[in-house]
Amino acid sequence: MGKNVLVIEDEPNIIEAISFILSRDGWSVATHSNGHDAVGVVQGAMPDLVILDVMLPGKTGYDILRELRSEDATQGLPVLMLTAKGQVKDREMAERAGASRFMTKPFSNAEVLDAVRELVAG
Amino acid sequence: MVQQTLAGSRIRERRVMAGLRQAELARQVGISGSYLNLIEHNRRRIGGKLLNDIAQALDVEPSLLSEGAEAALLSALRVAAAEVETVAVELERGDEFAGRFPGWAALISEQHKRLRSLEHTAATLTDRLTHDPHLATSVHEMLTMVTAIRSTAGILADTKEIEPEWRNRFHRNLNEDSQRLAEGAEQLVAYLDDAGDASAGLTLPLEEVEAMLAAHKFRFDSLVDATPDALSEFVGNQSQLTSDAARDMAMTVVRQLRADARLLSLEMLERQVNDGVVEPAQIASDYGVPLSTVLRRLAAVSDDMLPMPLGLVMCDASGTLMLRKPVEGFAIPRFSGACPKWPLFQALSRPMQALRQTVTMTGREAKRFDCYAVSEPIGTIQVNVAPLYHSYMLIVPLEEAGEAEAEVGSSCRVCPLAQCEGRREPSLLADVG
Repeated sequence: MGKNVLVIEDEPNIIEAISFILSRDGWSVATHSNGHDAVGVVQGAMPDLVILDVMLPGKTGYDILRELRSEDATQGLPVLMLTAKGQVKDREMAERAGASRFMTKPFSNAEVLDAVRELVAG
Repeated sequence: MVQQTLAGSRIRERRVMAGLRQAELARQVGISGSYLNLIEHNRRRIGGKLLNDIAQALDVEPSLLSEGAEAALLSALRVAAAEVETVAVELERGDEFAGRFPGWAALISEQHKRLRSLEHTAATLTDRLTHDPHLATSVHEMLTMVTAIRSTAGILADTKEIEPEWRNRFHRNLNEDSQRLAEGAEQLVAYLDDAGDASAGLTLPLEEVEAMLAAHKFRFDSLVDATPDALSEFVGNQSQLTSDAARDMAMTVVRQLRADARLLSLEMLERQVNDGVVEPAQIASDYGVPLSTVLRRLAAVSDDMLPMPLGLVMCDASGTLMLRKPVEGFAIPRFSGACPKWPLFQALSRPMQALRQTVTMTGREAKRFDCYAVSEPIGTIQVNVAPLYHSYMLIVPLEEAGEAEAEVGSSCRVCPLAQCEGRREPSLLADVG
């Protein structure tokens, strides 16, 4: 079994597509679709990488990331943020929150795969 | 108490303006020249009888010397001055300036307010995704759908061997997401159309006038016999008009449309419009009325009298659009300059000549329109003074397919015709040649 990726995204068909791509590439994929208890889910699963959407029900991806970065156990966890907003200020906000990589929707499958491989390897 | 302490400065200004020497004014009010000098340099407070005597000698109201300008005006001037760092404004003399030139000071204050308002509007329009939560949410949802479709389609296209169960699931997902995307796009277009409607809250006077005209379908036949007072009352009661500028503009347009209704009654037009076919030049000739009257009147009555509404657009000699009655398929720009190939603008170079041209509007639907245009002089005729012109264009949608004499756009920014000689700026759309 490959390394673990946790996908936190509220759009089921995006979850399904990303899960399929990563699974075919040898990753073990877990998913979650709620922002409210996402921090606890990450801490419980302790994946090798988190793919985190910004707009989530219950809590934003930025808030989740800030909480993760404030905990020792998840301070260095690679997090790939997904957002529909690609403006400079959104990218800066993601960086300030502690994102390892920032990807703007719509992205290609190859871009996601490349980013995941690089972040876990790096 | 800056205002009171500067009473001496105001006395000095008024004395200089009146052309009086210091000694002369002092003599008139019964004080020494040196004492008046101290007063004028604000080293002696002044009030009561002496202030009244000086005011009388200077032929001004005592309050103008004692109070100076209103505090609110001074405050507004200070705020305006504080926001411009590149100009060394004499802040300490604001009271003096406002007291001496209250009209100019009020103008600066009003222009500052206007500038702030325009900056706010510009910022809102520039960063609309931030200021319009509904728009931001809609765009986010659409991008999410596009992402799902792109990712799923990529899997189906790039995965050589895929289990039938997965393939069926992804096909189903594609179908669902594409439907949601289509619905989202329709809703977004409807929302943007509403936002583009003149009644949506932007406050340019012209937009308010257009909202009022749209509410009355450009028809003011009921006001044909109204007295001037009744007409003013009618315009003053229109809820869409929130500023004096808008009411003034609306009054001009309503007077024009009312005059049109007097010249061309509904009965007269009904006799001329057969089976929905309109011949503006024929109507103008038969009734001996200006062609522009016929164009405006046909546009106004078309919603109720004709099978389909007709559009109207008007501009002045500078090409500025001043009146718009939109019609489906013929996009009339809201803010930017319109397509220079419209017959509306060609008419400006051939005053008083009736023009008719069949045009196709660029775009996916490529609808055809019969456009009738004419420019006519405004104002009274004066010897050796070149007249100014207003140009009008009636836009008649054509249902049947056919050839068009010209292809026109809305404005350069949204026109795909790359090889157009009239292009002023690059298009935001893809080049289609």
